[in-house]
Amino acid sequence: MSYLSISGVTKSFGSNLVVQGFDLEVERGEFVSLLGPSGCGKTTMLRIVAGFESPSAGRVVMSGEDVTNLTPNKRRVGMVFQSYALFPNMSVFENVAFGLKIAGIPRPELERRVAELLEMVGLSALKDRYSYQLSGGQQQRVALARALAPRPRVLLLDEPLSALDAQIRVSLRTEMRQIQRELGITTLFVTHDQEEALSMSDRVVVMNGGRVEQVDVPHRIYQAPATRFVAGFVGALNLFEAKVINAAKGTVALSGVEIALGRKVPHKAGEAITLALRPEALRHGGLEDCDVVLPAILSDVEFLGSVLRLRASAGGATVMIDSFSTAGTAPPVPGSATTIGFRASDLLVLDPVPAQAG
Amino acid sequence: MAASYFLVPLYATFQFSLQMQRGQWSFEAYRVVLGDQRFLNTISYSALASLAAIIVGALIVVPTAYWVRLKLPRLRPVIEFVTLLPLIIPPIVLVFGYIRMYGSSSLLPLTVSDAGTNLLMVMGYVVLSLPYMYRAVDNGMAVINIATLTEAAESLGASRLRTVLSVIFPNLRSAIISGAFLTFSISFGEFVLASLLNRDAFGPYLVLIGQDRAYEPAALASMTFALTWGCMVLMQLYANRKPGQRLLPRLFARIKGKSQS
Ligand SMILES: Nc1ncnc2c1ncn2[C@@H]1O[C@H](COP(=O)(O)OP(=O)(O)O)[C@@H](O)[C@H]1O
Ligand SMILES: [Mg+2]
Repeated sequence: MSYLSISGVTKSFGSNLVVQGFDLEVERGEFVSLLGPSGCGKTTMLRIVAGFESPSAGRVVMSGEDVTNLTPNKRRVGMVFQSYALFPNMSVFENVAFGLKIAGIPRPELERRVAELLEMVGLSALKDRYSYQLSGGQQQRVALARALAPRPRVLLLDEPLSALDAQIRVSLRTEMRQIQRELGITTLFVTHDQEEALSMSDRVVVMNGGRVEQVDVPHRIYQAPATRFVAGFVGALNLFEAKVINAAKGTVALSGVEIALGRKVPHKAGEAITLALRPEALRHGGLEDCDVVLPAILSDVEFLGSVLRLRASAGGATVMIDSFSTAGTAPPVPGSATTIGFRASDLLVLDPVPAQAG
Repeated sequence: MAASYFLVPLYATFQFSLQMQRGQWSFEAYRVVLGDQRFLNTISYSALASLAAIIVGALIVVPTAYWVRLKLPRLRPVIEFVTLLPLIIPPIVLVFGYIRMYGSSSLLPLTVSDAGTNLLMVMGYVVLSLPYMYRAVDNGMAVINIATLTEAAESLGASRLRTVLSVIFPNLRSAIISGAFLTFSISFGEFVLASLLNRDAFGPYLVLIGQDRAYEPAALASMTFALTWGCMVLMQLYANRKPGQRLLPRLFARIKGKSQS
């Protein structure tokens, strides 16, 4: 059995079903993200693991112990909140020592442990400060040290970086991941930011409307999204409507052109099907290995430094193209005619839009 | 301009209180007042009653406000309205209600004994100061995000009691002290309740003196005013104090510096 096991968890507030049939197995030392839009039930799921909410149905098991009916203070989980939640009446040292004091750790060992953790988050020099004397990033480091101090079984992070400004957000995420690896602590991380989830996690759980849409390693989430929702939520997409010609052979008609996808499609012949392409799978220039080539007119050119983002109209649709900008070459001008192309194997086949709303 | 409406009579009162001895400034009126045994009795009685009202009020308000914020956030507007009622209902209505409810012919005849009547008056003060105490404590809780702090403490292994004692209470101390000073300034000179319940409190004494003396009331008024302001200043100092700071940081620093040199 895995280290943290969540099975069949459902939670409703009154008539509002917030989490439905949530299953997840997390291995010891693994870093797993819950990713999804705001209101999809991520925080609720995390709070169920922490013990702040009790599930309407289902179980939570940690290191073989069923904790479903255990109060939060008996679970040995560490929690980090978006709002830091440092104790304002305590210094940095006292904050980190709080959990150790409760656990009855003797003073010399407690001091050693606090010093070790403050060293780890790089705040040894600030141990006598109070929360109002710290920046957001520093407060969140203290909160992390405080959560880790009593050696919890599982570390729970609820959007810990969302309140920070962009630069610190990126540097702290690298740092948090390093500390997590060093300690080998099993971690559940909640975020609505796909970049955060993809860059930090061993595995990502994509949630929508209280349900799990896909659980997979980051590159699979991006490259092989299991559902239309995942494809659309993680990364940008160009969508194309096509018709199935032969489902078994995987041939489809895209604006009159027959394309071989090279794999079976789960549809019947003649059915409408949605295909998707990541912006970086579309090319302009250097089209030698492309199976599909179309004439296009550039409508917009955005120069983003290392990346060039183009918009072009081709076959009646507007598509987005990302490419690396090449040194010594000026970006193309809007309005110019060009040729774009892609490889048929890069096309994602999305599940059909459900016929009835709901 | 606006301040002069307030300051001129105040200054006049103070000046008048110094003129008891013809043709010279003196604190004679103050000496007379402070030498009056009744003054000392009523002032200590009222101080005691106010203190009791503060303790009872805090013991009722803090757990209530905490519980409502933590478990019944939807009930907050209702509770808030209830705590505002004492501002809407005049104290005179309150006290007649009390006398009817707890009078000699009632089920719980509190007014027949001295202790019972004292208790009734203290409870009345608790009710009168409820809007202020509740607001002070509730605002204090709003500032520190009580729910998340409670969860943070619990996830670190703390029991509910431990959380209240080592996290919630210390962070509410300045809010409770603000509420306490407000309660004190309301109940210390209170007249209606005290006089209708026939207590020997400071409020009725003040009125009595006002009726048959000239200079002493002015002296009393000046002292009461100074006391109220003292309360306000202390309240501000406490309310703005940050953790890890002394109450009067510069003063303490200076004393420390002197003792070391
Ligand atoms: N204590 C609660 N009472 C009632 N509804 C709640 C409560 N907590 C969360 N919800 C509802 O549950 C849904 C999911 O919330 P949440 O788990 O916070 O989402 P997320 O963290 O993904 O943004 C929201 O619609 C929210 O309004
Ligand atoms: Mg959330």
